[in-house]
Amino acid sequence: MSTLNLLVAVCTAYVCFLFLVAFVADRLALQGKKAWLRSPLIYTLSLSIYCTAWTFYGAVGSAARNGFEYLTIYLGPTLVMISWWWLLRKLIRIGRTQKITSIADLISSRYGKSSLLAAGVTILAVIGTTPYIALQLQSVTLSFSVFAGQTGGIDPQDKAGLALWLSLGLAVFTVLFGTRNLDAKERHDGVVMAIAVEAVVKLVALLSVGIFVVWGVSGGLTEALARIDASEFGEWHTDRGRWAGLIFLSAAAFLCLPRTFQVLVVENDDESHLRTASWAFPLYLCLISLFVVPIAVVGLDVMPEGANPDLFVLTVPLALGENGLAMLSFLGGFSSATSMVIVAAIALSTMVSNHIVMPIWLQLRPSGASVSGDVRNAVLMARRISIVGVVMLGYLYYRMSSGGEALASIGLVAFCGLAQVLPAFLGGMFWRGATRLGAIAGLTAGFAIWLYTLYLPSFGVGTILPVSIVENGLFGLSWLKPDALFGIRGMDQLMHALFWSMVFNVVSFVVVSLVTFPSPLERLQAAQFVNIFDHSASARSWSGGTAQTEDLMVMAQRILGAGEAQALFLRHARRQGVRGNLPAPTPDFLEALERELASSVGAATAHAMVGQITGGMAISVEDLMAVADETAQMLEYSARLKEQSEELSRTALELRNANQKLTRLSIQKDAFLSQISHELRTPMTSIRAFSEILRDTDQMTPDEQSRYASIIHDEAQRLTRLLDDLLDLSVVENGQVNLNLREGTLRDALDRAVSSAAIGEDGVRLEIERNPAKEEILLHTDLDRLSQVFINLIANARKYCDATSPRLLIRVMQDADRVVVDFQDNGSGIAPEAVDMIFEKFARVSDQKAGGAGLGLAICRQVMTRLGGSVDYVPAARGATFRVVLPYRTALAAQ
Amino acid sequence: MSKQVLLIEDEPNIIEAISFILSRDGWSVKTHSNGADAVEIVKERKPDVVILDVMLPGKSGYDILRELREDPENSALPVLMLTARGQTKDREIAERAGCDAFMTKPFSNADVLETVRALAAK
Repeated sequence: MSTLNLLVAVCTAYVCFLFLVAFVADRLALQGKKAWLRSPLIYTLSLSIYCTAWTFYGAVGSAARNGFEYLTIYLGPTLVMISWWWLLRKLIRIGRTQKITSIADLISSRYGKSSLLAAGVTILAVIGTTPYIALQLQSVTLSFSVFAGQTGGIDPQDKAGLALWLSLGLAVFTVLFGTRNLDAKERHDGVVMAIAVEAVVKLVALLSVGIFVVWGVSGGLTEALARIDASEFGEWHTDRGRWAGLIFLSAAAFLCLPRTFQVLVVENDDESHLRTASWAFPLYLCLISLFVVPIAVVGLDVMPEGANPDLFVLTVPLALGENGLAMLSFLGGFSSATSMVIVAAIALSTMVSNHIVMPIWLQLRPSGASVSGDVRNAVLMARRISIVGVVMLGYLYYRMSSGGEALASIGLVAFCGLAQVLPAFLGGMFWRGATRLGAIAGLTAGFAIWLYTLYLPSFGVGTILPVSIVENGLFGLSWLKPDALFGIRGMDQLMHALFWSMVFNVVSFVVVSLVTFPSPLERLQAAQFVNIFDHSASARSWSGGTAQTEDLMVMAQRILGAGEAQALFLRHARRQGVRGNLPAPTPDFLEALERELASSVGAATAHAMVGQITGGMAISVEDLMAVADETAQMLEYSARLKEQSEELSRTALELRNANQKLTRLSIQKDAFLSQISHELRTPMTSIRAFSEILRDTDQMTPDEQSRYASIIHDEAQRLTRLLDDLLDLSVVENGQVNLNLREGTLRDALDRAVSSAAIGEDGVRLEIERNPAKEEILLHTDLDRLSQVFINLIANARKYCDATSPRLLIRVMQDADRVVVDFQDNGSGIAPEAVDMIFEKFARVSDQKAGGAGLGLAICRQVMTRLGGSVDYVPAARGATFRVVLPYRTALAAQ
Repeated sequence: MSKQVLLIEDEPNIIEAISFILSRDGWSVKTHSNGADAVEIVKERKPDVVILDVMLPGKSGYDILRELREDPENSALPVLMLTARGQTKDREIAERAGCDAFMTKPFSNADVLETVRALAAK
């Protein structure tokens, strides 16, 4: 059996073992035995996902090249863990209360659920992680080739095939255990357990190699130390700036890498685990780095010149004939690589499916017909495709780069890219003033500079970036050279990129945040994030209870009314087959109740209320916002109703007024018809009676005959006059009157009217006071109609003036555009309530018989309208005063 | 002695016409044309039949009739009401006030004569 086949067999067996571990862990989790699975120890071990094949192999390589610098990669996370009380506790609390599923979700959630930010961070993470996955594949194939090299080499075709099979195997594993369930919290018990096991394998392998090197090769601890002193390590000095930068970078990466975020925040089950991890994880890092230097020193000693120091962990035992140890070491490296790929694939697929695939799918999907199962399946499918996609992307990157790039440098490039998330991330947690636009600006600026100064050059000069740009700067501007921005030289490329990208990132983030205003949702989320302990403390007091049907009943009664609520509860109790009136708070019942409540108070409010009472969840900001939206809608709706009701009451008032007027008019009209009947029947009675007398009486004197005939004649004329009046009104009203326009003075018209109306049929004379001089105004109008109006007014004064010696003052006034004639008597005037009626047809001020048929003023008003003037009652004046106004146009000809 | 008719009416031509018709039939016709004191005149003259117009100056015919009916002496006095308003409700008001006969103007002379005769014969 060849070594290669043995390796494949061992790998397969190991992967099968991992499958088993994950499967058993998932089973146990399903059975509810979580306590054991979710111990602080498992949590700590799962954090070792930070230590990938890069750490496993690369740390030794780094030590061989750069001395103690590799320690920085462990110091960063150690500092983060030590400061857990201040930072991680808050981060994990935020993650729990906000149901954060990834770093992209965290950033987007903090900045007002910005989908743009989520997609941006996701893309950044994919770009930053893909080389990293490629790196793992490369490390595995390299280690394969090292083993195969012992027995006669491995051809590149096999290497590529190996990487492909490895990728496929990891994808299958991740799909199987990473997309089992779709919790709101993305927890994967099987995967976490498998990773913890791999963490142990890694540690044991590295420690074994270390122990072998120190005690087996060097011959003891003292000798080993002496050997280190003797080597170049003793002379290597440290570059403080680079150290600080690397420590910062690894600390940032520990927080921002999708895979570490996944295990640190998303998979965290209990905040108290942090307490253990805060010392246990640094201890783990300490152990794993313990033998790095001895291995490197021995490797440099033992291995021939030019051997790849990145593979010392593997090649040193092999070279010394310890094949079993080499196999263990190989498994350690294999574990580091696979666990990294698995968790990175899970974390990235969550982000890609949640923030890129699903939004697009939801957009493209025909609207309507949304079934929840439908979406669920779509999410799972998106998740699976994303996992395969992410792993395959890594594979493609591996095939394309296929360079012998030093492992550590690819890792640092990726670290630096993901560190761009840090300002928005920390700023969001500690600074309420941070805004969405600020985060976008910072991320964009940092990402662009990282891309230009580090990522693109990392492919090698001339691969993507043309040589001209690298040598002369962008657009030929030397201060835009990717390795010396603004002319600053002397820093190595990584520190240069880190420095400038962070400076631009932070400055843009802070400045844009200061000058922009957050949206309301952002503001609320900011408060939630920054003051997470205040908020979640109160939120937690709500949770923890079981569903209380009585409480639900009390609430439902308040909203639906007692009868309806009791009926609803009873119905569900019957359906559930429960005795008594209270159903069990099953999901079905809660859903039905929520629907019922929603019809009264709105869906969001109902959801929040039921959620609070059943204690299933704390109320999120979106819930509150939705409640606020609903409330605003209701307020707006009720304001509209109020407006409508006010309008209705205005209309009703107008209608009531109109109706009153109509009723008065109708009464008047009845009275008028009665009056007309009387006025017509009275003369007709005389006519009929005397005509019958003339017909039936035989002996009648000629005197009698002529007398009775003239009575008939007079009465017939009286009838005619009455009919004339009626017709006159009708004609004037319909606008059929022909105006006979001619010239004459106002005085003539008044003279005619006074002479025909001042003395009544009873001979009572109305005293009239005039100023003839003022009446000398030449008019061009229908003088007969005008006189008719004057006659009416004078006759009314004579008939209705209740003074003991009735007197009428006719006053003429003239101004620029009209002539005004007032008729003012010395009586008591017209009662206010009658004023608006007197110009109506059939109107009579009193029931008392005054001769007219109630048509006079109506006719006057119609006539004056035809003449282009008006006649009105002037209420304020003493006595009854009627004012006739002739427009200037009519009087103009007289000037 | 011929029977006496009291005609309470304000329209001079109608007074003249009715007086002429009844006088020729042998009635003694007295007339009065003001509503205000009409009740006193009836009590004073004690006519056999009263012809009462509705629209009178001072007091309406209905009021006069109601007052007469309240007076025990005149509760059964035959009254013929005349009106120029021909609506049904006018007849109803008149009947409720207690008139014995009701005629709408214009009337036929023969009808008046006949009605007065019939009332007097009661």
